[in-house]
Amino acid sequence: MKTVNLSEVSIRELNQALHDQKAQCTEETWTVLEPKGQHNIACGLDQTLSVDIHGHAGYYCAGMNQKANVTIHGNAGQGVAENMMSGVVRVKGDASQSAGATAHGGLLVVEGNAGARCGISMKGVDIVVKGDVGHMSCFMGQAGNLVVCGDAGDALGDSLYEVKIYVKGSVKSLGADCIEKEMRSEHLAELTDLLKRAGIDEDPTQFKRYGSARGLYNFKVDNASAY
Amino acid sequence: MSEDTKTPAGLRESATFDRNTMHEIRRAADTGIYDIRGFGAKRKLPHFDDLLFLGASMSRYPLEGYREKCNTSVTLGTRFAKKPIELDIPVTIAGMSFGALSANAKEALGRGASIMGTSTTTGDGGMTPEERGQSKKLVYQYLPSRYGMNPDDLRKADAIEVVLGQGAKPGGGGMLLGQKITDRIAQMRTLPKGVDQRSACRHPDWTGPDDLAIKILELREITDWQVPIYIKVGATRTYYDVKLAVKAGADVIVVDGMQGGTAATQDVFIEHVGIPTLAAIPQAVQALQEMGMHRKVQLIVSGGIRNGADVAKCMALGADAVAIGTAALVALGCNHPKYDDEFKKIGSAAGYYDDYQEGKDPAGISTQDPELSKRLDPVEAGRRLANYLNVLTLEAQTLARACGKNDLRNLEPEDLVALTVESAAMARVPLAGTSWVPGQKF
Ligand SMILES: Cc1cc2nc3c(=O)[nH]c(=O)nc-3n(C[C@H](O)[C@H](O)[C@H](O)COP(=O)(O)O)c2cc1C
Repeated sequence: MKTVNLSEVSIRELNQALHDQKAQCTEETWTVLEPKGQHNIACGLDQTLSVDIHGHAGYYCAGMNQKANVTIHGNAGQGVAENMMSGVVRVKGDASQSAGATAHGGLLVVEGNAGARCGISMKGVDIVVKGDVGHMSCFMGQAGNLVVCGDAGDALGDSLYEVKIYVKGSVKSLGADCIEKEMRSEHLAELTDLLKRAGIDEDPTQFKRYGSARGLYNFKVDNASAY
Repeated sequence: MSEDTKTPAGLRESATFDRNTMHEIRRAADTGIYDIRGFGAKRKLPHFDDLLFLGASMSRYPLEGYREKCNTSVTLGTRFAKKPIELDIPVTIAGMSFGALSANAKEALGRGASIMGTSTTTGDGGMTPEERGQSKKLVYQYLPSRYGMNPDDLRKADAIEVVLGQGAKPGGGGMLLGQKITDRIAQMRTLPKGVDQRSACRHPDWTGPDDLAIKILELREITDWQVPIYIKVGATRTYYDVKLAVKAGADVIVVDGMQGGTAATQDVFIEHVGIPTLAAIPQAVQALQEMGMHRKVQLIVSGGIRNGADVAKCMALGADAVAIGTAALVALGCNHPKYDDEFKKIGSAAGYYDDYQEGKDPAGISTQDPELSKRLDPVEAGRRLANYLNVLTLEAQTLARACGKNDLRNLEPEDLVALTVESAAMARVPLAGTSWVPGQKF
């Protein structure tokens, strides 16, 4: 195991050391200490590493992650795991806005709450939030799954494409073209699996499913007010 | 005013309600939805034609055409990047998406640019292997939609361009109508096939310039500080935008004036938002100069550049390089008269065609139809683009030598005068034959 203390080593040095593992993996397990809210910690990883960050991370922690397993033992700033391609990112505390934005794959777990725009423009990632999500979550979400075990804020799933959204608690309001949909057996199976992968003990039958009404897929005069 | 000989005398067209205006009112009444089209602003605007060069004579010493060197190369991204981009000519190919354009057209752009030692740029929709393969220097756009964005392609890029806006639609997002969303494009963008796709106008994970600074650092971290990072803005509040872009950490700033082309935007947006390219350049240069960053953060200008005179005028006003979109497409064969009959069949005419969004381009450029796309031979079209880029360069050199400059970047505002009061005020050069710069000095 390699331990890096960010009060002694720069973000650049840490990231370069982690990136160097792509060509030749000499150390799989990394511990990062004293992050103190610094930005861009462990972004651009592309190796099956396990990285534990003890403390709070700033913006874009684990951004564009590929293959790695990154755990933040604290809160995460804006855009945690943004544009992730694969791997797992877990936030033990709360995540700020735009968590998992545009991510194409992998799994993002937020054990606390997530702020506004969680899963905005998501493109295939699975996101599981144990607490609540803020307003405009999953705005223009394209693909993947968003699971919210708490409540969702205003305008959930506005202008949604093909993301499946599962919410256990209340939804303050649904965004344009987002509707409640029937929870069929395949959805229950999928949700059960997502919760299991996230390590979260919730009863899948307590959730409701939301998705796109697909009414905005093509420009129509009747939809003018939604444009 | 030229005499209209087709309309009988006595029938007087209203200047306010002219035929195009009336046609648009009827179109709106028929359909109930705004007009979407490609191309750039079609209205008349103060432009580079309103400027002239003062060639050398008694007080200046000209250089010999053909014999004496006039350097055209430029290096972009010298501020932070480990590997700045070296271009042989200061004319680059602007970002145009695969989706808006056919794969053959994208390949042709890469080929033409590579022959001439310049760069080409991806667009809203990601990087294709054809384009990467044929482009020696490829700039990868980082757009609000993030379609197809992935770290592998990011690391393959020679530079990254963070797009905040486009001159044709500052403040607007992209559009790609269902007709053009084929299987391949749907897959690259992770969208259902056939949807009318609206791409976001704001980036999803940052909101203001302070956030952007952190975002740029993230991109640098992911690419290990190797490649330059550009910021592209549509020309509006250019003076402030350029200052903020420098502060946010850009290596290169791209300013796209309102004449700039687009693949699909509301006509009302194209014609009524933004400022002309001519007006934007002095604002950008002033901002850079005030920060001591002129030439340190390089400035690329685009929007309505057509010939070597336009290139030379941009550079005289302080740009380090220019980018072309529409002109490059015309060089490939867009709007070519040989397809006039076919343009007529789809309700247009050669030279007027702007319905890029429909995907029916007879020239095989702004289309995804396999049959139409086949009409464009990427090798031959690439050659045509290279020829055209060569002419732009030769023309710009001719003008620079006439002004006694052995480097295009030595051209300066002092070499220019304006033909109209408007262009003098915007370009901040004197009205020809006077020393009057409106708004500055008498
Ligand atoms: C067909 C077409 C597609 C375009 N696609 C993009 C794009 O994806 N991203 C972008 O930043 N600009 C896009 N643009 C704008 C160009 O990058 C450039 O700013 C503009 O074309 C410059 O003006 P010009 O056409 O007068 O040369 C597009 C332009 C055209 C004509």
